[in-house]
Amino acid sequence: MGKEIWVYIDQFKGKALSASWESVAAAKTLAGPLGGSVVALALGPGAQALAVEAFHFGADAAMWGDDATLADFRPEAYGLTVAKLAKEKVPQLVIIPASTRGRDLAAMVSAELGCGAAADATGLEVKDGTLRITRPVYAGKLFSVVTFTGGETNIISLRPRSFPMPEADAGKSGSPSQVQSAVAEGDLKSKVTGYVASEAGVSLTDAKIIVSGGRGVANNPAITPPAEITDEKQKEVWKAQQGFALIRELAGVLKAAVGASRAAVDAGYIPYSNQVGQTGKVVSPDLYIACAISGAIQHQAGMRTSKNILAINKDPEAPIFGLARFGVVSDMHKFVPALTAELKKRLGR
Amino acid sequence: MNIVVCIKQTPDSAAKITVEGGQVAWGDAPLVVNPWDEFAVEEALRTKEKHGGKVTAVCMGAETAKEALKTVLAMGCDEAILVTDPALKGCDSLGTARVLAGAIRKAGEVDAVFFGRQAIDSDTGMTAGQVARLLGWPALTYVAAIAEWKPAEKAVSVQRMTDEGRQVVESSLPAVISVVKEINEPRYPSFMGIRKASKTIIPLWSLADIGVAADQVGEKGARVGWAEMYAPPARKVVCEMIKGETPEETAAALVDRLIAEKVI
Repeated sequence: MGKEIWVYIDQFKGKALSASWESVAAAKTLAGPLGGSVVALALGPGAQALAVEAFHFGADAAMWGDDATLADFRPEAYGLTVAKLAKEKVPQLVIIPASTRGRDLAAMVSAELGCGAAADATGLEVKDGTLRITRPVYAGKLFSVVTFTGGETNIISLRPRSFPMPEADAGKSGSPSQVQSAVAEGDLKSKVTGYVASEAGVSLTDAKIIVSGGRGVANNPAITPPAEITDEKQKEVWKAQQGFALIRELAGVLKAAVGASRAAVDAGYIPYSNQVGQTGKVVSPDLYIACAISGAIQHQAGMRTSKNILAINKDPEAPIFGLARFGVVSDMHKFVPALTAELKKRLGR
Repeated sequence: MNIVVCIKQTPDSAAKITVEGGQVAWGDAPLVVNPWDEFAVEEALRTKEKHGGKVTAVCMGAETAKEALKTVLAMGCDEAILVTDPALKGCDSLGTARVLAGAIRKAGEVDAVFFGRQAIDSDTGMTAGQVARLLGWPALTYVAAIAEWKPAEKAVSVQRMTDEGRQVVESSLPAVISVVKEINEPRYPSFMGIRKASKTIIPLWSLADIGVAADQVGEKGARVGWAEMYAPPARKVVCEMIKGETPEETAAALVDRLIAEKVI
C-alpha cells in the first residue's frame, strides 16, 4: 500500500472549483497503479462542508481547517499550513488545481518542502511504476513529459477542464478530520482588504462555452456613432462596443463567457481580463465561438485545446478556419444576431 | 527604493517551435526578453522614477542572455547582473528560484523584486512564488495595479488579478511582485539607452558568488526530470462550412448541426 495522494480542494467563498473535483477523479486514477488512498484537503471558510462534499466525488478521507488566518487565500498562510501537514504525514503527491491560487500554493509548498513540482499538467500516466506528467510548454506549441526524480513528496498542479469531471454520489460519505493553521496572524506580512467589483459573468477558465470577438467587431458599416462623439478613435471604440453587445447577447443565450483576441484588447475595445491567447488566458471549453477573429498563432495558443471550435469570419482565407470544426463565412454583425435569435427559439431561452 | 527585476531570455512569441532530435528548436527566430518580463521592467522603472532609487536587472542563463539584459538596460535599468555557471544546466523551477533568491540576497537591501507572471517557454508561473518563499517575503502575484507605495512605512497596496476579479492586498516590504499585462504599457528602448547599454559592463556572478551550493541547482538539484518533448499531434479537423441564402437560414442550418453533433 503506497502513501496517500492528497488533493487540495480549491475554493472561492465556500464554493469549490470544478477543477477541484476533476483533481479528485484524476487522483483516483493514480491510486490504483501507484497505491495509496485519496485524501482531500480543504482550507478556509466552508472547508468542513467541502471536505464532506469531497467524499461524494470519491475521496477516501478528508481533512479541513478554518480559522481567521485562512479567511482569505493568502499564499503564505495556506502554503505553510499545507507544507506543515505534508511534513508530518508525508503524502506521495499533493495534487492542486492550477487556478491562480493553486499555482501560488504549489510554488509555496514546493519551496517549503524543497520538492519537485510540475505545473499546469494536462495528462497523467503511470508507466512501469513511474508517474509521467504531460504539460504544455511554449504556450501549447509543445508538450513536455516530466517525471519526479526522487523525494518523498511531490506536487502537481492540474489545468482546469483537462481531466474528466466526476459525478457526485451523495451515498458516499465519511467524517473529515480537522487540522490547524500553521501560522499566527502576527507572522503574516500581507492582508486581503477586499475585492474591486468586477463585471459579473462566467469565468473564462471555468466556462463550458466561450464566445470571443476580434478586432473585426468594430467593422460594422451599417451603424453610425452618435454625433457627440467626434474623436475617430472614440467612434471606433463605440462601434466595437456595439459589436461586443451582440457577442454578449449570444453568450447570454448560451450561458457562455465572453472572450477577446489580443487585437481587440489592445485597441481598447474590451478589458484585458477577457483576453484569450498566449499573453492572456488559456482556455479549453467544450465550444469556442470565434467571431471576427482571424486566428493568429498567439490566439491559437490560448484556445486550440477547445473541444469544438466554431469560426465566424467574413474572410474565407482566415487561418481560424484551419482549426475550426464548423465555419460560417459571414459578417458577424449580420450573422451573430441571427444565430442568437435561432438559439433562443430552439433552446427555449 | 532599491528594486530588482528578474528577467529570462526566451524565444520570440511568434517563433515556430519544433522538436529536433529531442531538443527544442525555434529556427532563426530571435531570442528576446520574455514578453511578460517587459511589464515587470516597466513597473520597476516607473516605481524608481516616482520614488527614486535604482533598478537592477537579474537574469540566470548562458552568456548569450547578456543580450536580454542589454535590452532592459536600454529601457532604463541602472544595472544588470547575469548569473551564469556550468552547473546551472538542467535547473527546474525551484533550482532557478534558489539561484535568483541567492542573487537577490547578494544584491543587498532590496525593497521589492518584480517578475513577469510566467516565462513563455517553460510556462510554470511558479518561480516568483518560490523566490518569495525562499526569501521569507510575501508573494504578491498576478498584480494588475499598484495602488500605493508607502516606502516610509515599508508597505505597499496592490490589486491582484484573480480568477474571480481584482483582489486588494496590503503587504509589508520587502515583497516579491509578479505582474500581469494590464499593469502598464512597456516602453521601447531609447536611442540614448541603447548607447548607454552598449557601454555598460554586465557582471557575471557564479554559484560561488551567490553562495548557492551546486547540488541544490542544475541537473543535480532538479526534482523534475524531462523525459520527453513532442509537438502536439496536428488537429485533424476538416472545417464543415455552413451555408445558407440568408443569415437566418445559415443560423438554422448551423444550430441543426450543433444539436445533431451534441455540441450544445
